[in-house]
Amino acid sequence: MRELSLHLLDIAENSISAKANDIIIEVIEDLRIDLLQLSVHDNGCGMPPEMAARVIDPFVTTRTTRKVGLGIPLLKEAAEMCNGSFELTSEVGVGTKIVVKFQHSHIDRMPLGDITTTLLHLLVANPSVHWVFKYRFNDNEFLFDDEPVKAEIQDLPLSEPSILNCLREMLKSGIDGARALNVS
Amino acid sequence: MSTIKSLEDLKNAREEALKKRELKATSGAVQVIVGMGTCGIAAGARDTMKSILDTIEKDSINGVIVTQTGCIGLCEKEPIVQVVIGEAAKVTYGKVTPEVAKTILLEHVGNGKVVSDHVLNI
Repeated sequence: MRELSLHLLDIAENSISAKANDIIIEVIEDLRIDLLQLSVHDNGCGMPPEMAARVIDPFVTTRTTRKVGLGIPLLKEAAEMCNGSFELTSEVGVGTKIVVKFQHSHIDRMPLGDITTTLLHLLVANPSVHWVFKYRFNDNEFLFDDEPVKAEIQDLPLSEPSILNCLREMLKSGIDGARALNVS
Repeated sequence: MSTIKSLEDLKNAREEALKKRELKATSGAVQVIVGMGTCGIAAGARDTMKSILDTIEKDSINGVIVTQTGCIGLCEKEPIVQVVIGEAAKVTYGKVTPEVAKTILLEHVGNGKVVSDHVLNI
């Protein structure tokens, strides 16, 4: 995978597989401390400590269609290659939290990539999940909670063209806005 | 910097969508499912998804529900897209690049013609 936003999509998929209905995704870019941090926090089924310790092994997976799971090991390696860290905490019946840190300026750090598409995708394709997205660039935070959005559109699917367009704009302008404030 | 879209904009978007849907109420539910396991994502499923959402938006294709599924065990055929229209049998497409995804939406979802070059027989 060439973008961190693809990894983010991948680990959020794990939360969906764990039957989470509350997922918080946070992206932090803090140039002052040279940090890029991704985190996904869910209320899914969680894992017992033995399993949580083993998921970083590519030969451990819950999938039944093949015997290797690559998402988490790949991400962990990518972070460690960039003076970063990978941390997973999980509790059965409570949920799982993954925090991945990268040295922002590290030459091998993958670009964050198209974060808007990742978020839009998760939102539209998993309407039964309550999504919260937080993006912080230095001191500027953009918060997107899908609850008021879903209350507003009521029973219509999020994939209606006009709604899709509106959601994309909301996410994109929020993220761009947080970044732009720092440039000036 | 563009202005942040408000809930007011969303309300307008909803009304617009409602009007369009009333015109099309007879055609039956259309579901487009994208495979989103690690294999799918690594093979470019997000770009495929992006193309699907972009096409829906730009060509104003109403009444389509886009969802996702995990790995279905055909990793080598990813990105995989499935289309279900009304009561018709599910059609599974393999190696769906963004261009193919667009064709599927315009031809299959839009005109009811299956894009046979990319259909997987499973």
